[in-house]
Amino acid sequence: MMNKTPVIAVENLDHYFGQGQLRKQVLFGINLEIYAGEIVIMMGPSGSGKTTLLTLVSGLRSAQSGSLKMLGSELCGASQEQLVQARRHNGYIFQAHNLHQSLSALQNVQMGLEVHGTLTRSQMRQKATSILEEVGLGEYIEKYPDNLSGGQKQRVAIARALVAHPAIVLADEPTAALDSKSGRDVVTLMQKLAREQGCTILLVTHDNRILDVADRIVKMEDGRLTANSTVNAVA
Amino acid sequence: MKKLFTALTHRTPLGWLQLKHDLTRLLTAMSGIAFADILIFMQFGFLNALLSSNTLLHENLQADIVIMNTQALNWGELSTFPRRRLYQALDIPGIESADVLYVNSVQWKNPQTQQKTSVMVIGMNPDRSAFALPEITQKLNEIKLPDTVLFDRAARGEYEEAIAKTELGETVTAEIERRTVSIGGLFSMGASFAADAVIITSDQNFLRLMPKRQPGTVSLGLLKIEPGSDPVQVRAMLDAHLPDDVKTLTIEEFINNEKTYWATNRPIGVVFGFGAAIGFVVGVVIVYQILSTDVNAHIAEYATFKAMGYRNSYLLGVVFEEAIILAALGFFPGLGISIGLYALAQKATALPMLMTTTRAIGVLILTIVMCGISGAIATRRLQAADPADIF
Ligand SMILES: Nc1ncnc2c1ncn2[C@@H]1O[C@H](COP(=O)(O)OP(=O)(O)O)[C@@H](O)[C@H]1O
Ligand SMILES: [Mg+2]
Repeated sequence: MMNKTPVIAVENLDHYFGQGQLRKQVLFGINLEIYAGEIVIMMGPSGSGKTTLLTLVSGLRSAQSGSLKMLGSELCGASQEQLVQARRHNGYIFQAHNLHQSLSALQNVQMGLEVHGTLTRSQMRQKATSILEEVGLGEYIEKYPDNLSGGQKQRVAIARALVAHPAIVLADEPTAALDSKSGRDVVTLMQKLAREQGCTILLVTHDNRILDVADRIVKMEDGRLTANSTVNAVA
Repeated sequence: MKKLFTALTHRTPLGWLQLKHDLTRLLTAMSGIAFADILIFMQFGFLNALLSSNTLLHENLQADIVIMNTQALNWGELSTFPRRRLYQALDIPGIESADVLYVNSVQWKNPQTQQKTSVMVIGMNPDRSAFALPEITQKLNEIKLPDTVLFDRAARGEYEEAIAKTELGETVTAEIERRTVSIGGLFSMGASFAADAVIITSDQNFLRLMPKRQPGTVSLGLLKIEPGSDPVQVRAMLDAHLPDDVKTLTIEEFINNEKTYWATNRPIGVVFGFGAAIGFVVGVVIVYQILSTDVNAHIAEYATFKAMGYRNSYLLGVVFEEAIILAALGFFPGLGISIGLYALAQKATALPMLMTTTRAIGVLILTIVMCGISGAIATRRLQAADPADIF
């Protein structure tokens, strides 16, 4: 593992919210390296800073101090345009599915391809259809989110995040809104697709039942990473 | 360019899909815009009808160029200038004829009710009619008779019986400045802002009816240009030759001046302009309501798109796409209903209500601007779609 270059390299990352008197530090000297193909689970109590770290790593939020490298490029002090480009290398899976209500499952997934502007409509349609089949929704591609169950919606969201083959998938409590069975299914699916595509996953969860998918578990407490334990080696 | 084209053809029509998803709201928005457009169309329609009913005298004038006092404002306020200016105009090569027109508003005793009412008296050369209407040119011998006038059967006021009697050949008389005049014939012109009723007579009769008026002070000079001469050149020579106390206008300029005068200097233009502006503002408010509600309803989805790597400009594009679609979808029903209402209004008011292509295109552009403004205000709400803060 040590001979590979990290896809995510965080060094001495601090983060503050608010201005002046209200300024409050929420991340303290974070150091974290994640290597290609790894599945890393981050745990920790609510309010400890997990979401903040995830949004920084994915380029949703500008890093303030320290160093944050994604695929070799520095995000600390990056311009808006650099952040937009960084976001296009990521697949972000939110706690809520955040599917667009006015778009069908297929159209939602296509939005994940359209942002790159490289494929024709029929290519996009074909790719989106095949990934929806892979997540087991082949019969539901024309359905609108209102007509899908919670687990199905989250699977569409996963398909949308993964359809463009992102280098890194970031997931913030993707199973929190699901029952344990569909939660388990969703995580297994993420693991399977990520293995096939060779992408790296950083997953925040409270759910103890899904820890077995992780190569490594890190713990966040009060804005500090406390443990960095390897569960099982990358195959 | 090619890149832009592919980007457009590959693009999911998100704005349209969003609008289509909520049909009730789409219909509300469409009827709001249609309503605003109908308001605007009706205001413009009435204003234009009133303004064009106001230039019938001008349009029927037998002249290429008119001369008037430099201070003249409109047909009702022409003021006067020395008749000598017309003889000077005849010095210019290319001027075929120069005729005098006397115009004055007086009180007359309505032949029907015997009430004092305002009337506009026009005195012209009975050998060369100032107006092209056949009903006038055929009656030139009548007005050569002393104290005989022609009367407008489309005048505003209580004249039905007097008109009916005249048509039957009975002699109808009225009183102007204590002189009795008889109506020798009828023509159809129509009322204007300047005059409810117009009577036309010879220059000699005019001067008899207005004893205070000097024959040498005239209201309007009617110039005809010889066939084959260049009107622009003749006009330029006239302007150079005539003193500054008079100005020259082509008939088109004279008509446009009259319209502009009533549209800009008088409450009527302001009233209708205000009505149209209200329609515009109503439209902006309705479309803004629809669009900002729509943006608010999709904030989480928009933030997700930003997290996926879409730029802010993409979301701006979606809002403006919706604005343009709404403009088009609202405009055409509004246009259709307005054409129907024009027909109804024309029946009810006898005003010429016509839907012109220019006006339709103008209002379409206005609608797009209206929706664009609403869209631009609504995009301010997009700032809330920050993927770092919304989840
Ligand atoms: N936008 C924000 N502005 C100010 N404080 C925030 C903001 N987002 C999160 N925080 C604070 O930062 C801390 C970490 O929050 P978060 O990263 O969401 O924790 P977690 O995801 O582990 O529950 C919390 O104390 C939270 O109140
Ligand atoms: Mg969180």
